[in-house]
Amino acid sequence: MSALLEAINIGKTFGGVQALKDVSLTINAGEIYGLIGPNGAGKTTFFNVITGLYQRDGGEIRFDGVPLSLTSPHEVAAAGIARTFQNIRLFAEMSALENVMVGRHLRSRSGVLGAVFRTAATRAEEVAIKQKATALLEYVGIAAKAEIRAASLSYGDQRRLEIARALASEPKLLALDEPAAGMNATETAGLRSLIEKIRKDGTTVLLIEHDVKLIMGLCDRVAVLDYGQKIAEDIPANVQRDAGVISAYLGVPNE
Amino acid sequence: MQNKKFAGFALIAIALIALPIMVGMGFGNAWVRMLDFALLYIMLALGLNIVVGFAGLLDLGYIAFYAVGAYIYALLASPHFGLHWPLWAILPIGALVAGVFGILLGAPTLRLRGDYLAIVTLGFGEIIRIFLNNLNAPINITNGPKGIAGIDPLTIAGQPLTKGMDLFGFHFHGLYLYYYLFVILALLIVLVTMRLENSRIGRAWVAIREDEIAAKACGINTRNVKLLAFAMGASFGGVAGGLFSGFQQFVSPESFGLFESIMVLCMVVLGGMGNIPGVILGAVVLTVLPEFFRYWAGPAQQAVFGQIFIDPESMRLLLFGIALILVMRFRPMGLLPSARRKAELEHLAPSLDDEGKA
Amino acid sequence: METFVQQLINGLTLGSIYALVALGYTMVYGILGLINFAHGEVVMIGALVALAAFKLLAATMLPPVLIALIGFGIAAMVCMALGWSIERIAYRPLRNAPRLAPLITAIGVSLVLQQLAMLFWGRSYHAVPALLPSEAHEILGARINEVQIIIMLAAGMAMTGLIFLVQRSKLGRAMRATAENPQVAALMGVDANKIVALTFVIGSALAALAGVLVSANYGIAHYQMGFLLGLKAFTAAVLGGIGNIGGAVLGGVLLGIIEALGAGYIGDLTGGVFGSNYQDVFAFFVLIGVLVFRPSGLMGEKVSERA
Repeated sequence: MSALLEAINIGKTFGGVQALKDVSLTINAGEIYGLIGPNGAGKTTFFNVITGLYQRDGGEIRFDGVPLSLTSPHEVAAAGIARTFQNIRLFAEMSALENVMVGRHLRSRSGVLGAVFRTAATRAEEVAIKQKATALLEYVGIAAKAEIRAASLSYGDQRRLEIARALASEPKLLALDEPAAGMNATETAGLRSLIEKIRKDGTTVLLIEHDVKLIMGLCDRVAVLDYGQKIAEDIPANVQRDAGVISAYLGVPNE
Repeated sequence: MQNKKFAGFALIAIALIALPIMVGMGFGNAWVRMLDFALLYIMLALGLNIVVGFAGLLDLGYIAFYAVGAYIYALLASPHFGLHWPLWAILPIGALVAGVFGILLGAPTLRLRGDYLAIVTLGFGEIIRIFLNNLNAPINITNGPKGIAGIDPLTIAGQPLTKGMDLFGFHFHGLYLYYYLFVILALLIVLVTMRLENSRIGRAWVAIREDEIAAKACGINTRNVKLLAFAMGASFGGVAGGLFSGFQQFVSPESFGLFESIMVLCMVVLGGMGNIPGVILGAVVLTVLPEFFRYWAGPAQQAVFGQIFIDPESMRLLLFGIALILVMRFRPMGLLPSARRKAELEHLAPSLDDEGKA
Repeated sequence: METFVQQLINGLTLGSIYALVALGYTMVYGILGLINFAHGEVVMIGALVALAAFKLLAATMLPPVLIALIGFGIAAMVCMALGWSIERIAYRPLRNAPRLAPLITAIGVSLVLQQLAMLFWGRSYHAVPALLPSEAHEILGARINEVQIIIMLAAGMAMTGLIFLVQRSKLGRAMRATAENPQVAALMGVDANKIVALTFVIGSALAALAGVLVSANYGIAHYQMGFLLGLKAFTAAVLGGIGNIGGAVLGGVLLGIIEALGAGYIGDLTGGVFGSNYQDVFAFFVLIGVLVFRPSGLMGEKVSERA
């Protein structure tokens, strides 16, 4: 298995707080990789560092063999990492379809001139964007809701929409920040099969989650963060038995 | 279906062609002049709509681009420098220069939010006005507060529009010709705006407005896209400015102050931000109503009170301010709000500058 | 070409006035997150009301300084009522509206106040009687007028009083708490509405003082005097760190000095190309510069990247 994303000694400090300290992990191509840890452990911070929302204070990242020294989120996206957000960030007014069409931004090219003069190339591209967006809505299972305003969608549908939008850029790595938050058992099961489908179709998946059952059942490997440091990185079964992980979640029993 | 559409367009075309004639014959040429101004303001409002309505960037100094376009025309077609370039050369130059100014003024604002962005753009607008007012020494570029007079009238095919035209036995006053020219250009701007709205770049603008962080995550280079919004909006202003210059044949820094910027902003906001028909309506209403008011305020006061208490001109601004307060209080979404505005203001959707909040 | 010290004196005088007005902006922004566009007009109303009072009292044979004080007192009361009304009528109903609505409303209020002032007092520039002692004194080779001294003293006292109020009193604590977190402050028994109203009232009182002082400094009052002054004072507030009271003072004084020095030396610096008529531009460049390079201002906390 080749490494897709290598994070080496990532550090991040906010004011006096060291949110991440020497975090190193490797995500292999084709994996479903989980990132777990108690609240405040630094999972979302790590996400934000990887995706360019924050600047790391130390360490390096290699993506698909190439060092990722890019600083802005849109460049990271262009490199092939797409993400969803813990608090869903959809374009509220736009319809579901339009949201995904925005996701196609990286895979389309027409600019102002094309738009103003409605060149043949632009028109063809618009059609293609719409088609692909529609296909993606179907892929995540909300094709029927294409014309509905994103803000009016149900919570579960909004999460799916965000995933569809992220997939629209045809990323190599899909990073999901707590995609199952607030979902009931049925919805979570649906999400799980969607993620497996995504992996089967060739996209590597990184996800932050609190739902232990989901993580353990879905992920090939799991990393555990606690107080900004990685305390375990292994297959789920081993992580579940790791003493350090147990004490991080549950604390050390009183003697 | 096609026929219905064609019939619709034909109807609008006929209405637009007939409008100045009906207004002129019914009310007099002064009102045709008002129509001309309304068209200029429509162009301005549509330009600002790209910045404020589409991209969500609150610009309080937009009139500066109108000024740039106007002065470029004045410098290139008046006795001031003795240049008399043709319209078809000046307008694109004006648009281009205004666009460059748009980028210059937009560049420092890229990381700013809401209020700060507004204040900085306001500052830029004022800076431009101050420079226009003072660039008459040591080299006289703008002729300072006296402004530039005697500007060449807009001229098409060697015929200055001020001359008017005789057609079908009817003498079209110059104001009518200006109207037709302006209407064509305004329609062009409407067309361009509509095409921009439904394009990859238009979606990128709205994405930035809705959620800039998510837009970045989608690969949108928000810096460049915002600059593009400024540039395009500014260039529309530049075109309108050039036309204004050739229409009024006189420019001075007085016409390009903060109040004018606010007027255009109000046209966009009151009309229904981001919504093209709404913005057009806003521009029309805010050009026409004050004129009606000015026309009636004097006689009305006479009729009711027997004398004129308050000079209509002063009342106009006062009422404008009151109107702003009332509209923001009771119908902040504007006359023809886009669906989102309505929802946002009825608290069903996240608002303009929510950041990091769900 | 006046000396450096002279410019400094002028700058400090101007800066004291900016600081007084900046305090109003910064307090309101700190507590409501709103730029009170209309604040500059309140300053103007203060100046014009005081002027009217001066004219009325001129018939009495009261000593000029007393007239000045009474005039200020009346102006202060009017402005406080005005500030309270503006908050109550225009801003409070829009507490939960998106940012754009209060901003445009503020612009509307500003317009209304300006036009009302114009209707009452006309468009002309009104001469303000010299009620304050105005002897000039020599200091460090420059001339300082007693009016200028009074301005700096009055402003200094007002600001000290305010800082004392905010830092040391129970009321001040309530104001700071509301500025930090209105909901939690409410849980502690603080009536947020009252605090907000009070903030506006205090700011307006300071605005009245500024109005009287600025018209004393220049000898004129005019219905449009509030706009530019307000804008510059806002710049000062941002320069110092918006929401930060000490910052408003620092920003005000600094801006006044920058403007005075800039206007004084720009002719020399640019070989006569740009003259002191570009004075107003300085404030705007400062504003833009601060917002672009250090948006938190001089005394504000460095804004971290918190997502």
